[in-house]
Amino acid sequence: MTDPNRPLLDVEEMEINFGPQHPATHGVLRVKMKLDGEKIMEARPIIGYLHRGTEKLFETMDFPQCIPHTDRMDYVAAATNNQGFCVAMEKLLGVTIPPRAAYIRMMLAELQRLASHLVWLATHAVDIGAITPFWYTFRERDAILDLFEEYCGARLTLNCMKIGGVPFELPDGWLDRCSELVDGFNAHIDEYENLLTENRIWKQRTIGIGVVTADEAIDWGLTGPPLRGSGVKWDIRKVFPYDRYDEVDFEVPIGETGDTYDRYLVRIEEMRQSVRILRQCLDRLPEGKTLARVPKVLRTKEPGMVYGSVEAPKGELGYFIVATEKGTAPYRCRVRPPSFINLQALPMMVEGHLVADLIAVIGTLDIVLGEIDR
Amino acid sequence: MSDDKPTTPPEETPTPDEKTPDQATPESTEESSEEKKPLSEEEKAAKIAEAEAKAAAKKAAAEAAEPKDPWEEKPVPPAHEDASDDPDAVSLNGEFAGVVLAADRYAGDVTLTVPADRIVEVCRFLKHDCDYKFLVDLTAIDWPDREEGRFDVIYWMHRHDDSKRLRLQTVVAEDAQIDSVAEVWKTANWMEREVYDLFGIIFENHPALERILTWEGFNGHPLRKDFPVEGIDTGAAIYPDVYPPGGGPPTEEADEEEGGAA
Repeated sequence: MTDPNRPLLDVEEMEINFGPQHPATHGVLRVKMKLDGEKIMEARPIIGYLHRGTEKLFETMDFPQCIPHTDRMDYVAAATNNQGFCVAMEKLLGVTIPPRAAYIRMMLAELQRLASHLVWLATHAVDIGAITPFWYTFRERDAILDLFEEYCGARLTLNCMKIGGVPFELPDGWLDRCSELVDGFNAHIDEYENLLTENRIWKQRTIGIGVVTADEAIDWGLTGPPLRGSGVKWDIRKVFPYDRYDEVDFEVPIGETGDTYDRYLVRIEEMRQSVRILRQCLDRLPEGKTLARVPKVLRTKEPGMVYGSVEAPKGELGYFIVATEKGTAPYRCRVRPPSFINLQALPMMVEGHLVADLIAVIGTLDIVLGEIDR
Repeated sequence: MSDDKPTTPPEETPTPDEKTPDQATPESTEESSEEKKPLSEEEKAAKIAEAEAKAAAKKAAAEAAEPKDPWEEKPVPPAHEDASDDPDAVSLNGEFAGVVLAADRYAGDVTLTVPADRIVEVCRFLKHDCDYKFLVDLTAIDWPDREEGRFDVIYWMHRHDDSKRLRLQTVVAEDAQIDSVAEVWKTANWMEREVYDLFGIIFENHPALERILTWEGFNGHPLRKDFPVEGIDTGAAIYPDVYPPGGGPPTEEADEEEGGAA
């Protein structure tokens, strides 16, 4: 009697908005979705709610004045933002920084990587429904922020690096306190892993979700853990070593299948490697100056463009600086934000999955909207 | 500011001979020059001898001392070099004769200038034949007063095998268009949208060329040099009566106006 081709239920595609004011979007990200039931047929991220024109502002200020503005981009990893700008500027001006400054920078950057990954783990787990890890990770993050506060007076917007080195000598006893934290850190990572790695719910929610193959990852320009999770062994610290990363031993962890669980494992292992780098830096910290001999007014010599990049916790953070002749300010400063480029792959990763998986994928991409919108 | 030469007072440095034209009366100059000249020559000779001795001592000390560490030396800025011998420039010119208009190496990075109308074929060749599988960045620079075209569009790509990076530069005029490379590298999609949004460069054949950081209907392209840094009145203020466009605390004038209106 009835037409066999007629669907059992009359389903209609529904268009709904996710965000921009939703805690699981990690900021002000809006995703416009077309749903078939609970399945995502199409997802379109809409960004720009936090656009402050940082690149335009850079053009109006002297080179050193740009550094505090870099803090405000990836605000959970300010130290690596500072580092990226300083590395690019040093390339432009031809400055070599003293070894002690390079080691202090590496320590700050690795502490920042730990802090950033802890925020990622906490929020990612909370988004998926595991609330407990949050209390553990923020305990350690607070200890790291205390170290930052002791060094430069700020906890989030650090402004802790200078073109040519670092602005301050380490305070008395800082190395001991840092050493204590570093020694105990692997045990803390074990704690987080106890809560999640073999957790059945965690595995069900993350394995096979948001799979990216290695070729896709490269074509979409993914960098950082999302690229390494897909099995591409690539890290700016190894490929184009800056500061003194060529002098320390560490591994670049990679995943196999490129799903959310693999990216989780990659980041966890990255934290262990950061601890390893920190231990080596603490043991080998050389004596000497913390600032190279740079002129008080930084002036470029001739027109030219440089690109300097660092491995930020989110991926490759690059600064492309265009200089004019005898200029004291960048003519143009483009930031290559890893989160912006990584977020672009979101529709490809979630289409065909459920709405709840979108939350997992946003979490696993580890985006910061301050950096995406700039 | 100590190394800024113009700030030091000029009276200290010039010799008496240089000073004379500026001085007011000719009599006084003769007197002073007669009095000073023999003295200054004596002094000069003595000073020259002193300076020579000092320089010799310094030289000897510098020779005896170990070479300084690079961070103690003055910074050495990079210099532009010709890069037409770069293997990628050679292979590009081999595939498309004369496509490389200029090749420059600066701070270790190679920049090849190519014509804008051939960008897609060049990019496709670089991706598939030269293995530049990863487009790191795509951006633009605004040169409002340049004759040959207002914008530079920059493509910055990476090859994984030998970790080599290559920069392509094209010149696009203000009213011209450039072909999209979003079909070559998927990642170019949002980067081109951003360049369109912030510079107003139109990418032809782009899958969805929409504004990305500002909103649809925004009037202007913020990263153009003629866009004011303090922003423009977009008409999007939430309560324009309470918070007048321009921002900041209300001025006295505004208060008066408000009072008058009430």
